[in-house]
Amino acid sequence: MKRALLFLPLLLAAGIGVVLFWGLGNDPTTLESARIDDPVPSFSLPSLQDPTKLLSQEDIKGKVSLLNVWATWCPSCRVEHPYLLKIAREYGVPIIGLNYKDDRQAAKEWLVKLDNPYLFNIFDEKGRLGLDLGVYGAPETYIVDSNGIVRYRHVGVIDDRVWRAIIEPRVKQYANEG
Amino acid sequence: MMKKLVIILLALVPVSAFSIDTLEFDTDAQRLQFQVLTEELRCPKCQNQNIADSNAPIAVDLRNEVHRMILEGDNEEQVINFMVERYGDFVVYKPKFDTTTYLLWLGPALIAFLGFIIVVISARKKRPVTTSSVSNTANEIELSQEEKKQLNTILSEDEKM
Repeated sequence: MKRALLFLPLLLAAGIGVVLFWGLGNDPTTLESARIDDPVPSFSLPSLQDPTKLLSQEDIKGKVSLLNVWATWCPSCRVEHPYLLKIAREYGVPIIGLNYKDDRQAAKEWLVKLDNPYLFNIFDEKGRLGLDLGVYGAPETYIVDSNGIVRYRHVGVIDDRVWRAIIEPRVKQYANEG
Repeated sequence: MMKKLVIILLALVPVSAFSIDTLEFDTDAQRLQFQVLTEELRCPKCQNQNIADSNAPIAVDLRNEVHRMILEGDNEEQVINFMVERYGDFVVYKPKFDTTTYLLWLGPALIAFLGFIIVVISARKKRPVTTSSVSNTANEIELSQEEKKQLNTILSEDEKM
């Protein structure tokens, strides 16, 4: 018994080692959204394409969709753009754009030049909806279920690996839940 | 000479620098509240800076938000809750005491207490060993007459040598 106790510090140190080693692989810049399992915050913002058309949280309900935060000033968004086109066209998942603190004209030109993967775009010039969602950088992509509940947030670029490993399985799971 | 020295010393006094936003406040109390809050809130983008220090766009936005809320008469708790609701516990340097953070708050005290207990237990265990050992007890145990004689002979032999 006494001898076994002598190994306690070793076990403790090993335990701490495992926890710290696990921590090494974690990216501290990726934060879990505080909005998970909350409804998309209520908002009333114009559409990017048509300033007279007002959009609200009701427009994001109905089907599992991706809410993609983007801007023309965001270089990573340009990297991500071709992949969003692929998701919208080949995989048929609706993507709603949240054009975040951007210039309307520049954003419209971007969509003409690079093509438009979005069902529609919310024009959030002041970043009001972004703030309510807890956006801290672009690109960010939220998976919103058919009831308009935020289920998951991905921070950073969506590429093939992220789509297969993270986004696609969740989209399917939430769709099956109804 | 003395004057110069004073000037140099004054120049060395650290002045806390606040962000150079041109934000207006109605009262000094509001300004102070703003300074306290922006130092307690952590910038979500730049991780190891508070929003008072950071120049990241998100920090500017959050500062403006704190400013707006203070002018609208919200108190400290309301501002903190507003931020935590959106950005999670990450955004505060002093997280609230609740079921998910109690270990964080009590951990250090718990470990110190555990250490104290271990020290007390091991000290208690050692005591009987020390009383029976020879080193510490020479002046506690009375020598018998026989032993005193023996001691004296040994000591006197020493002197002769």
